Amino acid sequence: MPVSLRNSKLIYEALKECDIRLLSALPETWLVHLIRSAEDDPEMVLVRLAKEEEGVGISAGAHLAGVKSAMLMQNHGFLASINGIVSFAHLYKIPLLMLISYRGSFGERDPWQTQGGNVTEPLLRALGIPYSFLDAVETVKKRIRQAQTLAESSLQPVALLLTRDLMWEE
Amino acid sequence: MLRLDCLRTIYADLENCLVVTIMGAVAAELQSLGHRPNFFYLQHAMGLASSTGLGLALCLPEQRVIVFDGDGSLLMNLGSLSTMARYRPRKLVHVVFDNESLLSVGGFPTATSTGTDLEGIARAAGIPRVSTVKSVEDFKAAVTDAMRGTELTTIIAKVEAKGPAAFVTDLSLLENRFQFRRHIQSLQNS
Repeated sequence: MPVSLRNSKLIYEALKECDIRLLSALPETWLVHLIRSAEDDPEMVLVRLAKEEEGVGISAGAHLAGVKSAMLMQNHGFLASINGIVSFAHLYKIPLLMLISYRGSFGERDPWQTQGGNVTEPLLRALGIPYSFLDAVETVKKRIRQAQTLAESSLQPVALLLTRDLMWEE
Repeated sequence: MLRLDCLRTIYADLENCLVVTIMGAVAAELQSLGHRPNFFYLQHAMGLASSTGLGLALCLPEQRVIVFDGDGSLLMNLGSLSTMARYRPRKLVHVVFDNESLLSVGGFPTATSTGTDLEGIARAAGIPRVSTVKSVEDFKAAVTDAMRGTELTTIIAKVEAKGPAAFVTDLSLLENRFQFRRHIQSLQNS
């Protein structure tokens, strides 16, 4: 599978270095190695969801319990989570670290991913969610650290878009 | 059976739990009995109260967590039953007040009014202990039993579609949220 194992491990290590102890996830191709890393890690609570919006509630519960968490999802899962983001995370000032695979962008071959790719960034902007990209090996650790720092200090959702350049090896 | 009477009969037992409620009538009625710092009212995000309880229970496995859900809210997030059942935290109690109605927005009937069986759905989702109660005495017995037990429990409480005249209270959402988190921090420091 051309999903980058090495770069997935790099992302996972960065999450661990940020003291992330709970990950909620709904599998998609680009996330398989990340989810397997969480599965194999006895220090990580992995919550497999039926739908991504549940992850907003679970991360909010974790935050209220004093535990740092992150959400792993595809951009379509972000679309499916928007009410939870607005009427829980924004309304109650809950930090969310969202790692979102950016499907449907440049290089996408699956036609069904393309519409979601078009609207991902406009929606993040419309919702006022600060976001950046994980697109190069050298900056992965720093970006994840910075995103988590901002989420915790501002008590709001922050997104990192996982790009094809980092996640896919062709 | 009135939801307020159900809440009143177990109110004293909530002192040492973490309590999460849905919006609207449940939140207002619990507050009318007396707010406590261990109560968190999720005043929107319908469906996510059970997910919030799951997050709390997974992160604080020694803490008793009780969620007061509703039929309208649970129907919006039925997948939460399967996720709770998958991880089945031992000290999570999930109470669903089923008034067969979206009371807070005008009383429109939900699917439980036409035969959808939340007890059956919860059981089939894999929740280890599920029951339906129709009297205040049975409600108190079921909740007391669940709070002493060590298995994830869902209790469907069939209640009348009656609620308070107003839903807005003088507790701001953020005040409640920060107070609740401070309360949990104080438990961890004690």
